Amino acid sequence: MKNENLYNYILGIADNSLILGQRLGELTGHGPSLETDIACTNISLDLFGQVRSYFQYAAKIAGDDRTEDDIAMLRKERDYKNVLLVEQPNTNFAYTMARQFLFDVYHLAFLSELQKSTDLTLSAIANKCIKEVSYHERFSSDWIKRLGDGTEESKVKMQEAIDGLWTYTDELFHQTEADKAMVAEGIGVDVTKLKDAYYARVNEILEEATLEIPESKWFQKGGKEGIHTEHMGYLLAELQYMQRAYPNMEW
Amino acid sequence: MSKNWPLWEIFVRSKNGLEHRHFGSLHAADAEMALENARDVYTRRNEGVSIWVVESKNITASNPEHNGEMFEPAQDKVYRHPTFYDLPDEVKHM
Repeated sequence: MKNENLYNYILGIADNSLILGQRLGELTGHGPSLETDIACTNISLDLFGQVRSYFQYAAKIAGDDRTEDDIAMLRKERDYKNVLLVEQPNTNFAYTMARQFLFDVYHLAFLSELQKSTDLTLSAIANKCIKEVSYHERFSSDWIKRLGDGTEESKVKMQEAIDGLWTYTDELFHQTEADKAMVAEGIGVDVTKLKDAYYARVNEILEEATLEIPESKWFQKGGKEGIHTEHMGYLLAELQYMQRAYPNMEW
Repeated sequence: MSKNWPLWEIFVRSKNGLEHRHFGSLHAADAEMALENARDVYTRRNEGVSIWVVESKNITASNPEHNGEMFEPAQDKVYRHPTFYDLPDEVKHM
């Protein structure tokens, strides 16, 4: 492939939305209430819409006969480049919202930088997505505050979720080889520069939610390189089932 | 969860210039959540440009048992509609 770095770079962005969208989609018909069920699946659909734009572009760059669906459905686990954070399970609603919040703050900052990309397709996608993601961030940070500063039980659960997921936050700011190459060309976002503002924003919301900011400095990594947690295989089994069982099926 | 949340009435303005219309009701713990829920439940197919939420307990409704004295006296007073005037032909769109 002529432009392999750009291809991998786009997958790195899109896989975060794909896997998080799949996680939220699992709540269809299971959300803790009708209203939150619709809200979570709505966010899921926003993310899948974004994924389509990215994968259509990636398929064009690949220049062979692969389609957006092939890229989404037919890769092996090691070829997915999403961060570990987004593949973590819907342990309970506090986990679902904490995962969303910890990703949304990053996602919003990332897209606002991606709008400045010299790649016009990527900057146009970022420009289109940013309104959706601004809403996601508002929605999830409201829930952090509501549960953190809610009842005794909701506070305990939200604190557990934040503590449990904290170890996956630092990976958001790691750079892959494709990242570095794309930053050098003015196409990619230098995620290392987003880190301080990210933790400042996250800490501000946690404080408002009367939650403790975790002190742990030990962080997990590997998702961006295709090394995933044990949850990923189960997620992909469900995501890929139809295409694996009935290859090339359409509806 | 939503069993314990209060009920909210949702009013949506479909287009600028139109009035807010009652769309339905939903559960939410607070006003901000009611707005967000209403956005997702009632406007995700591009149905609205503005949302009002009112906690249902703040609405005072007429009692159906009093419909007789409330509404029936108006039934035989058609003269309260201004339909008995002869309009000049020049007046259109009345």
